[in-house]
This record gives sequence, structure tokens and C-alpha cells, in this order.
Amino acid sequence: MKTLKILICLGLVGLFGAFAYHSNEIKDGYEIGDYAMDFSLKNIDGNMVSLSDFKDAKGFFVIFTCNTCPYSVAYEDRIIALDKKYKKLGVPVIAINPNNPAIQPKDDLEHMKKRAKDKGFSFPYLLDEGQKVYPAYGAKRTPHVFLLERTDEGNKVRYIGTIDDNYGNAAAVETSYVEDAVDAMLAGEKIEVQETRAIGCSIKA
Amino acid sequence: MVRFELFFMCAVLVACQTNKKKELQAQINPKETIGELPVYDFEGLQPLLEQKNATTYVINFWATWCAPCVKELPYFEKLNEEQKHNNIEVILVSLDIPSMWESKLLPFVKKNKLQSRVVVLDDPKQNDWIPKVDPDWSGAIPATLIYNKDKRIFYAKPFSYEELNIELNKFTEL
Repeated sequence: MKTLKILICLGLVGLFGAFAYHSNEIKDGYEIGDYAMDFSLKNIDGNMVSLSDFKDAKGFFVIFTCNTCPYSVAYEDRIIALDKKYKKLGVPVIAINPNNPAIQPKDDLEHMKKRAKDKGFSFPYLLDEGQKVYPAYGAKRTPHVFLLERTDEGNKVRYIGTIDDNYGNAAAVETSYVEDAVDAMLAGEKIEVQETRAIGCSIKA
Repeated sequence: MVRFELFFMCAVLVACQTNKKKELQAQINPKETIGELPVYDFEGLQPLLEQKNATTYVINFWATWCAPCVKELPYFEKLNEEQKHNNIEVILVSLDIPSMWESKLLPFVKKNKLQSRVVVLDDPKQNDWIPKVDPDWSGAIPATLIYNKDKRIFYAKPFSYEELNIELNKFTEL
């Protein structure tokens, strides 16, 4: 009987230990190969938008960006070009503003509407109201791109990072990481560079 | 005779100082200067992140467009002022984009009378150099590196003045 108690105790300790260990393993956002959550966020036209609304999409560029970050602004034209080029190939841009408008008032829905209109955004520009989506994805800055591939199991994360290798000068870009990644994805080939980093604005939570 | 010795010692001291300065400048050549500020690519900046001497360096990555960076900047300035005689040096590495150097950065440095050493890092190959600063850095700013010859810690977060001192103490206590 005593042995049994000890065994149960040991088992419980082991079990708790496993839980404790597991909780240390909680990931800081998605990694390549993870399946990304869908969401329902308010667009600048007032409608709610989810990834599941895009019935024919083969994937998505989920881009966390905003009105106020100079790096985001520097990339606006390139994000529009990306959408124009790849929407017809089944991979549209979904832009999400992760900033809390209470902290950064110029990133509220009204300013988003104005910015989208002035620049002629051809894609949804959503507000991460309540700021639940960006931490799940693990977006760290604006702009931050997540390329997703639609599969039977879900939207699989295929690339995380920046758009290209020259924020300051679109004409001097040598490598367009996102285009290389999506071209490989659509061709069913291996994506050579799956993760990149870039300077960006921290997200205002 | 005593006077001559004193003079001689002073002369030696001055000579050493100048030599040291020259050495440091020879080490790193800015690719250009904007106002008084040297502009480096990462290769040019890197020696500033790897100096092995008695000084503890506090390297703050910031930009005028980054609100939390601007908010914490006075803490770094205060630290520099208080600790500059204790072998601690603050270096403010601006990541302002080139189109903002004349219009934003120089006026900001002048208006706020920044006393810490300010340098500009302009290197578009960010995916190459960001991991060289720290393997875990995503590239979001503010970010700060504190290091000396024995120890190196990278912080991808904003600081309060208290937190900054707590972290710095980890480097200066024996």
C-alpha cells in the first residue's frame, strides 16, 4: 500500500513536472510550418474580414503594418505592388494594423481609412481591435510579413520577415524575400530563405 | 626639477590620451558625416560593439521617429552624465532613414543638446547585420546592448531609468 502511495506521488510529481516543462515551451508566436489562426477583424469599409472569406485563395500575405511607422510608409507602394501582382495568382495581401489607437491615435480606424484612400490600398486594411491577433502570430514590429499557404490542414506559415533587402530605396533592392518565397510556394518548390529580420517600429500595445 | 618632472608627466599623459583617441578613430572610418555625426555601415560600426577595455558600453539603438525611443532617451543621457567618470560610456546609434537626417535627426540632436556620443547606422542589409548584434533580435526598436570585456547582454525592450541602473549594476559590481 505504502509503495503504491509513493508511486502515485511520484507519478503526480512527474505529471506536474511535465506540465511545468510544457508551459516553459509556450512559443512566442508562430514558427515556419505552424498553422496560423484565422480572425475576424474590422476593415476600413466597416465590414468584418476573415481569411476564410477568400474562397479561392491559395495563400495570403498577412502584413502587420500601420500609418505612423516610417518603415511601413516606406514600404506602402511595394505592398500595393505585391497585392496587384499576386492577388491574381491567388495570394492577396491582408494588412493588419496591430497598434493600439489609445496609445497611437494616428493609427485609429479613421486615420487608417484616410491613409488607405490617399494611397489607394487595393487590399483589406484591418484593425487588430483588442490586439489579440498580432501576439498570436508573433509580430514584433511594423512592417512584419507572414506568408501563409492554404492547405487542407489550415493556413501554413511559410515565410516570416521583411519584404526585401533595401527599405530606403526600392530601386536598389537586390533580393525580394517575399517574392522569392511566394514564387517558390506557388511552384511547389522549397523556399530558400524562410525567415528574415529588419528594423521596424515596435508595436504599440 | 620637480616642476620639470611634473611637466614631463603631463606631456606623457597628454601624448597617451591623443594616441588613444587616434587609435580609436583609425579603427573606424565613417562612410560619411552628416553635420557632426559619423555615418557607418555595419562593418564600420561593429568595432564599437566589440571593444575590449575597462569601459562598460551602453549602446542604444533608436530613431527620432520611434516614440518609445525618444521617451527613454533622457534616461540614457542622464546615465551618461552621471557615470561618464566611472568607465561607462553611452553610445546612441541612430537608425533614422537617410531622408530624415537633415530634416529630423540633426534638429533633434541640437534641440535636445544630446551629450552622449551619437552615431548613425545606415546599412540596408538589415537581415545580415541584425543577427550580428544579437541572434534573438527581431529588429524592433528601442533596443539596447550593454557590454564590457567580460559580459554582454542585449535588451529588446524600452527602459525606465531605474531598470537601466539595475541592469548596469550587473556589469559594474565585482
